[in-house]
Amino acid sequence: MFNKTQKREFLGGGKAALPLVLGAIPFAILFGTLAPTSGLSALATVAMSVLVFAGSAQFIVLALIAVQAPLEMILLTTFVVNLRHVLYATALVEHVKHLSLGWRAILAFGLTDESFANMSQRYLQEDKRDAHYFYLGSISCFYTTWVSFTILGLFLGSLIPDMSSWGLEFAMSVTFIGMVVPYMNSKAMISAIFAAGISSLAFAHLPNKLGLIVSAIIGVAVGLTISQLANRQVSYE
Amino acid sequence: MNEALLILGMFIITFGIRFIMFAFAGKLSFPNWLAKSLKFVPPAVLTAIIIPAVIMPSGVIDISLSNNYLIAALFAFVIALVTKSLLKTIGLGMSFFLVLQYLYL
Repeated sequence: MFNKTQKREFLGGGKAALPLVLGAIPFAILFGTLAPTSGLSALATVAMSVLVFAGSAQFIVLALIAVQAPLEMILLTTFVVNLRHVLYATALVEHVKHLSLGWRAILAFGLTDESFANMSQRYLQEDKRDAHYFYLGSISCFYTTWVSFTILGLFLGSLIPDMSSWGLEFAMSVTFIGMVVPYMNSKAMISAIFAAGISSLAFAHLPNKLGLIVSAIIGVAVGLTISQLANRQVSYE
Repeated sequence: MNEALLILGMFIITFGIRFIMFAFAGKLSFPNWLAKSLKFVPPAVLTAIIIPAVIMPSGVIDISLSNNYLIAALFAFVIALVTKSLLKTIGLGMSFFLVLQYLYL
């Protein structure tokens, strides 16, 4: 099925993914462990890793399920949070547009932050003829790890009795804090984060957890405005 | 919560977002202002989840030393700033929180 070059590319992709994949293992385990305490069934937990395959969106959805957000709100948030993948696809489409629709569908399914990082590197090289096998290798390595360690996490979680009474919902908050802090590297980004945070308190009592989306939009608008103002100042000088 | 609808909906949305550019094979372009605003989305959404969870854990605003969620969140924030490591932030932040819970329950 694979010729020699294709096999080498496939294995190369798997190897390139390895550092990022190892870093993702604790999060796959954590996702599997926390999902049932948020109220998701074991089957739905595995199905989410198998079919959705989007780390940060999966965690955010757990947090929303835990506060009983309605389905429409959860799906809207999934859309907003995953929209950044359009940028990745836009950056990669030049290199995959000659492939069959089936190939493109599989490569799109596996387009995570991690595989994007791998492929941005790979496509810098001169010989791109069989690079889609490299892409497939990177995806396969990450996907099998994500799914199997989600299952392991579910299993570990079921060994610990009465976990929801420990205040483990805090694990979600502390995970998100660790994810937000690296973003705080510009005036625009810090303003966006502050605006979203203050709005989330002001709009906390809106029905259907609508406050989340309203606060996120305010945060994004503030960030965008500050970054535009900063650009203008630079061009005046 | 209808879990089948949840998973199916998340699948269609996530795959749709990842596939649309590849499906049209470069014949589709993306407005610049939207591209610029996307980088603000993850931190804004995450913050809008964290802040109510730690400042009003019981539904009302509670800024006090007896709010373990807030104290542990501030601790985790400092750890994240200092170590810049997600795993250390989770590990140390969670341990600190469990110790607080144990001491004050």
